[in-house]
Amino acid sequence: MTRRETPGTTTRQLERYAGLFAGRTRGMRSSAMRDLMAITERPEIISLAGGLPDTSTFPPESYAALMQTVAAESCARALQYGPTEGLAVVRRCIQQVMAAEGMTIDSDDVLVTTGGQQVIDLLCKTLIDPGDVIVAEAPTYPGAVPAFSAYEADVVQIEVDRDGMRVDDLEQTLDRLEAEGRRPKFIYTIPNFQNPAGVTMSLPRRERVVRIARERELIVLEDNPYGLLRYEGERLPTLFELDGGDFVVYLGTFSKILSPGVRLGWTVAPRPILEKMNIGKQSADLCSSSMTQHFVAAYFDAGPWDKYLRSLIEIYQRRRDVMLDALAEHFPRESEWTHPHGGLFIWATLPGYINTTDLLARALQDNVAFVPGRAAFVDGRGGSSMRLNFSGVNEDEIREGIRRIGAVVSEQVSLYGTLTGAHPAPAQEPAPREADPDLAEVLQLPQRPERAKRARP
Amino acid sequence: MSRVAVLQGGRSLERQVSLRSGARVQDALERLGHEVLGLDVGHDLVERLREGEPDVAFVALHGRDGEDGTVQELLEALGIPYTGSRVSACIRSADKVLAKHVMRDAGIPTPDFHSFNETAFKELGAAQALGAIEERLEFPIVVKPAGQGSALGIKFARTPADVPTALVAAFSYDRKVLLERHVHGRDLAISVLDGPSGPEALPIVEAVPREEDFYDFTARYEIGRTRFECPAQLDDAVAARAREVALEAYGALGCSGFGRVDVMLEEATGDLFVLELNPIPGLTETSLLPQAAEAAGLAFAELVERIVQLALPVAR
Repeated sequence: MTRRETPGTTTRQLERYAGLFAGRTRGMRSSAMRDLMAITERPEIISLAGGLPDTSTFPPESYAALMQTVAAESCARALQYGPTEGLAVVRRCIQQVMAAEGMTIDSDDVLVTTGGQQVIDLLCKTLIDPGDVIVAEAPTYPGAVPAFSAYEADVVQIEVDRDGMRVDDLEQTLDRLEAEGRRPKFIYTIPNFQNPAGVTMSLPRRERVVRIARERELIVLEDNPYGLLRYEGERLPTLFELDGGDFVVYLGTFSKILSPGVRLGWTVAPRPILEKMNIGKQSADLCSSSMTQHFVAAYFDAGPWDKYLRSLIEIYQRRRDVMLDALAEHFPRESEWTHPHGGLFIWATLPGYINTTDLLARALQDNVAFVPGRAAFVDGRGGSSMRLNFSGVNEDEIREGIRRIGAVVSEQVSLYGTLTGAHPAPAQEPAPREADPDLAEVLQLPQRPERAKRARP
Repeated sequence: MSRVAVLQGGRSLERQVSLRSGARVQDALERLGHEVLGLDVGHDLVERLREGEPDVAFVALHGRDGEDGTVQELLEALGIPYTGSRVSACIRSADKVLAKHVMRDAGIPTPDFHSFNETAFKELGAAQALGAIEERLEFPIVVKPAGQGSALGIKFARTPADVPTALVAAFSYDRKVLLERHVHGRDLAISVLDGPSGPEALPIVEAVPREEDFYDFTARYEIGRTRFECPAQLDDAVAARAREVALEAYGALGCSGFGRVDVMLEEATGDLFVLELNPIPGLTETSLLPQAAEAAGLAFAELVERIVQLALPVAR
């Protein structure tokens, strides 16, 4: 049997390749945490770690009918390349979606992208030189951090409280950066039902962020994947709506309102930025999938597009409520969590002596998983927090998953009490309160660098 | 040529590393012309082993159930020859506390330590003995779970206030933990491979961390964050002593086939201390055993072939 030796199988060869890596790959790291997360995908695990919409709620017969329509009406075009900016018909669909959130746009100002994630990448590609500052929230969307790192951005994080990004901190930080002669290129924010914290930026803060952007001529990247998934409270205007599109680059996606599998998102940006992003997209992938764009077009053509969205809202709202109830029942009184008005995530914070990365290892023994908070910070903070997803699993699994996590947390609280001579916490006594929306203080965590012995593979 | 089942993956926290080890072993075995059956171990393991009828099982598992004698016991029960150490040596090595007792009893130097299980704290008030332990071991103290193969859960306590937090973290991985004196010095890995005339120590690998990554165990997963020197730049006498102490540990724990002994060379005293022995060290592209074998002139495929031959009944 002749087989070519798999390239790169010896250490020496790998070192040789490593010598060829571009400097920017230094920020591209796999991690032990990622290795831990790999176990969460095993079938016996109740995973509250995903960020997944529940695609099993989409009726298979609708899917079949839509694909049938695409085959019958646009077979050749669906199989062909398309324009980089996206099919005109899809850009008109996007117009409808944005109108549902109070935004009026010209469909020529839209760039259809391969998921919302590509918008983050393309904006960095367009704006970021090595060392440029990106201002993000603390905690921030864990998936944005590798994109920022790949362009060697210096990420500065601004604390979040129950009203979203702390705008006073933002202004102080911008002043400090300016004094240091460093230029932030953009502010990255998820104003609605933030991933991972679950909080929503208040209207006064939205207005202030927009004012700051205009005064200082800074771009704001408004990432809004969850805005339409609101379970309570009044809709708030987006930053894009408040700004009129001068300084706000808007990021939208079909992932949470239709399907992440179609891999379609979009951006609306000031024309010069949009043109550069368009060129950047040409080099990345020429165009997003024509097949799924035709699928989306067929979906919008087949009936009211928000009918499925309404069914999702109903399902997710129940799941959120179940999770909030389960947290109140099973988490010890020393813990706190957010009360999201929409979206997919709850952010829970435990006492400072519990490290949620280690806790995950313990939780996995009981077949339950979450995302350790550290993933959402660039500076080692977040060590005692966790992100819990309620959209991807059913109500029974949420109850059982939270019960199991609560049990291991209680176990550690009690153990710590024993070790320090503190009064051990009553493990199973239900918390005598509703979920505490007062997240403001708990997000500021001590910056204690992880000290673990380096060992060997 | 043999029919080899490569056991990999599983539920341990080192699943990813194991999958990488397994894939690489599988690839080498196929190139050597063996018939290979890759198995991600799970509920159907026994069934698949019975179906596959392998001549030998290559255990490329790391951590719980793979390295601690569990899978080995199962393979014994099924009558399937397997690579690496036997059940009892796996049990002794995978439990760091047991291994340290065995070594101490055999006169092999290992850093001072105390070990407790959870009940000692919960029911016997062991927390009140922490002060005395801290005094004896001196800060910084290393706190480790007894049974975790990788560096997960290993913490440095620099002050008494760090100790409870470190213990809570370590207990996330095991019901038993140890507090160990920290040996400051050079970090040496000595791989051992059985040869025609008994176990032989391969060239020593030294892990030299980049300054900022000194305590960051994730560095070990990545090329370029820890520099490995092989052979380590050591005085001949020190190197000889390190190899000797590694072989003593390997022998005292009753290991066979191959293994990797982690040793510290204390900066202040020049003394050597054995930290632990990994009965199934990593076999990935960045792992140390393959690197040491290569330095000894043994290509990865030859290393894999040797390990398989050692496992086959004729060799035992």
